[in-house]
This record gives sequence, C-alpha cells and structure tokens, in this order.
Amino acid sequence: MGQITLNQITKNFGDVQVIPPLDLRIDDGEFVVFVGPSGCGKSTLLRLIAGLEDVTSGDITIDGRNATEVPPAKRGLAMVFQSYALYPHMSVRKNIAFPLRMAGLDKAAQNAKVEAAAKVLNLTDYLDRRPGQLSGGQRQRVAIGRAIVREPAAFLFDEPLSNLDAALRVNMRLEISELHQTLKTTMIYVTHDQVEAMTMADKIVVLQAGVIEQVGSPLELYHTPRNRFVAGFIGSPKMNFLTGQYAAGYDAATIGVRPEHISVSPSEGTWTGRVGVSEHLGSDTFLYVDIDGVDDPITVRSTGEISARHGDTVYLTPDASKIHRFDKQDLRIA
Amino acid sequence: MATQHSRSAARIMMAPAVVLLLGWMLIPLTMTLYFSFKKYLPLRGGDLGWVGFDNYVRFVSSSAFWPSVQTTLVIVGGVLLITVVLGVLLAILLDQPLWGQGIVRILVIAPFFVMPTVSALVWKNMFMDPVNGLFAHLWKFFGAQPVEWLSDAPLFSIILIVSWQWLPFATLILLTAIQSLDSEQLEASEMDGAPPLARFGFIILPHLSRAITIVVLIQTIFLLAVFAEIFVTTQGSFGTRTLTYLIFQRVLESQNVGLGSAGGVYAIILANIVAIFLMRIVGKNLDS
Ligand SMILES: Nc1ncnc2c1ncn2[C@@H]1O[C@H](COP(=O)(O)OP(=O)(O)O)[C@@H](O)[C@H]1O
Ligand SMILES: [Mg+2]
Repeated sequence: MGQITLNQITKNFGDVQVIPPLDLRIDDGEFVVFVGPSGCGKSTLLRLIAGLEDVTSGDITIDGRNATEVPPAKRGLAMVFQSYALYPHMSVRKNIAFPLRMAGLDKAAQNAKVEAAAKVLNLTDYLDRRPGQLSGGQRQRVAIGRAIVREPAAFLFDEPLSNLDAALRVNMRLEISELHQTLKTTMIYVTHDQVEAMTMADKIVVLQAGVIEQVGSPLELYHTPRNRFVAGFIGSPKMNFLTGQYAAGYDAATIGVRPEHISVSPSEGTWTGRVGVSEHLGSDTFLYVDIDGVDDPITVRSTGEISARHGDTVYLTPDASKIHRFDKQDLRIA
Repeated sequence: MATQHSRSAARIMMAPAVVLLLGWMLIPLTMTLYFSFKKYLPLRGGDLGWVGFDNYVRFVSSSAFWPSVQTTLVIVGGVLLITVVLGVLLAILLDQPLWGQGIVRILVIAPFFVMPTVSALVWKNMFMDPVNGLFAHLWKFFGAQPVEWLSDAPLFSIILIVSWQWLPFATLILLTAIQSLDSEQLEASEMDGAPPLARFGFIILPHLSRAITIVVLIQTIFLLAVFAEIFVTTQGSFGTRTLTYLIFQRVLESQNVGLGSAGGVYAIILANIVAIFLMRIVGKNLDS
C-alpha cells in the first residue's frame, strides 16, 4: 500500500511562503514525478511528505492514516537522497542492513534481505567495500538498496540522477523504471529534468514557485498543457511562442508551436525567415530561424537531413491542428 | 612545476629557514645529550668529567621515577578523557542553532587565550582557595566543610585546571568536524529508524573519529610537558610530580644538570614513542 494525500498543506520558512496551499493525491503503485525549475519547492514538498520538514498547516494522509504529526521513521517511506547520503564508514552490506538493524531484525534475517537486494541491484560483489570505493552508479544503487530492504509504502527520490554522467543517467533511469515495474510500489520522484519526467512518470506534477501548474500523464501534458508555463516546460526542444500579429490570426494572445510541428520549405510557406544556427544530428536537424517581429529564433525540428545553411531564406508552415492557443492570462484556449 | 632551475632556487630560498629550525632543535638536543653523559654540578664543583650511562641508571632507579611516570600518565589520560568527552558534547551543543551563538562560541574559546600560569593562579586563588575561594563559599552555602583542593585532591585539581585550558581547543576542532557532517546522512539515518542516541553512535561519532584522534595526538604532545600549572599550585608535592617536573627539580633544585639531562633524554624518547604510536593511528584513519 502507498496511497498519499496532501490536503491544503503549506510551508513557510520564516516569513517566506515556499508552498502555498496545495492539494495532491498520489495513488497506490503510481510513479509520480514532481518537475519544475530549480528552487520551485520540489525538494521541500518531498521533505514534507517524508516528514523531514514539518508542514506549516494542512494534513498529510498516508494509507488513510493521518501522518501529519508522525515522525519520519514511522511513516513507512524510504528516501533516496541526491548526495546518496551513504554512511561512509560502513561497508555496503552494513549500509543496506542499517534500517533492518535499527528495526531490530536478527543477523540472519538481515543478511538474507541484504543479499536479496544486492542481487536485484547487481551489488553482490561489492558488499564488503566501503562507499568511497564505489563508482557513482554503484553508490546510487546502494542508496536504492538501503531503501528497498525496508519494503516501504512508497519510495521518495530527490534528484537521484543529477550527480551521474549522461550515459549512466539513461541507464539508471531505465533501472529505476524497471524496479518500479517489479516492485509495483508507489514512487515519488523529484527532478528538474523534463526528459526524466516524461520518460519515467505515470503522472507528472508540474510545479512553479510552489504552485501546482498541472497534474497529468506525460502525453496529456504534451498535448494539452493547461497554460503557457507547462507548454514551455514540457517537451524538448522547447515550444516556440509567437505573439502580436502572428497570434492575432488565430484569435489568441499567444500561440505556441512545438518545433516538431513546423515544416520547412525552401520555396513556400506561411512564415518567412532566415536560418541562424543549424544543428545536424543525423537523425534530426534543428534549425534556428529568425523571423520578422519575433525576438527569439523559432526552433524547427525536421527528421532526416536538410541542406539549409546559415543565412538561407526558408519558409515555415506550422501544422494548424497542433497549434496551442493561449489567452492574455497565459491560459490555454480550448 | 619542478624544473631543475626552479628546484634549486626553491632550495636556496628555503635554506635559511631550514638551517634556523635545525639549529633551534639540534643545539639544545646535542647539549642535553652532552650533559647527560657528564657529572655536572654547577654549585658543587662544576664539570666533574664523563660518567658514561651513570646518570641514566640513576635517573630510573631513583624512587621518584616510576611515580612520576604514573602521575604524568594520569594527568595526560585524565585531561584527554575530560576534554574529548566534554568537547564532543559542547561541539554538538554549539552546532545547534541557538540564540547568541557568536558570543557563546567566543566565550567557549576564550580560556585558550589565557596563559597557563595565569589560569592556574586564577583557579588556585579564586576557585580552590579553602578560605576565600568560590568553591569554598559554595560548599559553605550548602553547609559542607570546604575542600582543601590542592592538598586533598591535588591530581584531580590539576587535571581540572589543565582540562579547562584545553577544552576550547578540543571543542573547536570537534565543532568544525561536526559542521562538515553531511546533514543528509543524519536525515537518512533518521528515516532509517535510528533514534537520537543511535544517530550519535552510528553516524556522528564515527564521523568525528579522525578529529578525535587529532585532538588526542596534539594534546598528548603538549600535555606531556605540562609545567606551569604544577609549578604555581602544588610545586610537585602531594604526588603531583610529573616527569617534566622531576627533571626540573633535578636540574634547578638539586643543581644536578647531568642527571636532569638524562631525564630529558628519557622524556624525548617517551614523547617520540607516543608520537609514533599516534601517527600510526592517524595514518590508518587517513587511509580509510
Ligand atoms: N531550510 C530552508 N530555509 C529557508 N529557505 C529554504 C529552506 N529550504 C528551502 N528553502 C527555500 O525554498 C525554496 C524551494 O527550495 P527547494 O524545495 O529546495 O527547491 P527545489 O528542490 O525545487 O530546487 C527555495 O527558494 C529555497 O531557497
Ligand atoms: Mg531540490
């Protein structure tokens, strides 16, 4: 079980309200990702759920039980920290066994559980090493192992992959997703990287300045962002926004078009522009096109190779059915 | 960086300091060694010639030798115990966010800046004096007979005074060590179900072990040479004669420079044994 409900919770640090009243429901077995720019309160929200910070007001319910005043150890949640927070003077075995030892399990039961976890995480050969003798990815796995053995109601991850290099990050992303498939335990995962959010989540919670902007599945957020912030945050490369005369034609204050929904032609199209930078990745080509009356260049993504060079004049045509319209308050116009 | 040229330039520039330091160390050491093989009584005939290892044998076979070694160890051990235990506790306390933190920290560190002679005099006259001392007043307030600290509990009194001086040093080093502890480790252990005492035992204390070793190492080297505190309080009586004090008495009170020098050589050997022993521990700590 791992069903968590946040009811009108707020958090102040001194006079600063970091989390304004916030409601959220996380269902059992869900993989929920909190995503948002740095400093928007993701970690704070996670720490409130963990019990490492006290809520200023509001209630937290875990599996139907009011957990607002329950100390962290008793909430049945396990957390994986950004720094991994391994105990440096203990062997990997002792690190993973630590929560079991604190729970008063006997040595044999501890070892059985540790070895089972080590097997799942490919750590069997490293059980007698110290954390300092492991690579970043292995440390990450030890931290996850220490969480697994507790058989928690939910796992909390705070930017667990941000200290790994790009290749390893992709690997660990897959491993965590697989772990979720196997364990089917609720996972709450904090990241500022929308790619991680899109690839891993069942449900994404987009936060800005402590406020939930939108909650939904990755594709819901991609296809129907509730406002301009979500539209710009989800999707890579970022959505292009056009205002003024370009938007007026669509009866909106702002329109947004994703780079993958614009076609390029050397001879004809809706908008005329000049190619600035072009990035050739082989599978894709990204063009940054300057068009009159728009400050930022328009990003265009084309599959395959395109022979556009710096300074060339090109014509862009947005896919009319994929244009997002926003009103003056930056809210989506249905 | 090390081209042939820059290396020789560096050597030339370091030379004056190295020569000065070597001279500073070697001249007294050589003189001590020189006198330790002589019968040299400045007031009773002066230099009476070479005597081989006579002084060494006499120094250790004197009835005062082993008690002085024991006293030294008791003082060093007692002060280490008090300063490390209280130092850890104070460091944890000072690490908490508390009101007036800056001032409290300065107050805690202050005793370190008081000269040993002065602090010993202050303790002797202000606190431990059986008639006018603060302790005497306190005892009398509760209707108890004032304690004659320096004659009834002389070793304990000296340990108390020296500990008071060295506590700031221990606290300061341990405080910086505690501040370097990753708070996420404590939070992780909290979530893992460790109560406060277990967090102290499993996380904080192991984290402090290196700092504690360093405190022990540095303090031992200085504590072996404690002198002023004994000189101004008990003058080595009531079983407070340490090895250092014994050497002082041999040289200045008995005017036997040869015998004192032999004691000095023993003290050098003892200090080096301690230093090597402790260096090993530190080295081991640094490796892991
Ligand atoms: N202990 C604290 N005291 C005061 N302000 C804090 C504290 N922790 C976080 N904050 C503030 O709360 C805001 C949200 O922080 P955080 O939750 O860490 O953001 P995120 O994890 O999304 O990057 C930031 O503006 C940060 O400065
Ligand atoms: Mg954060």
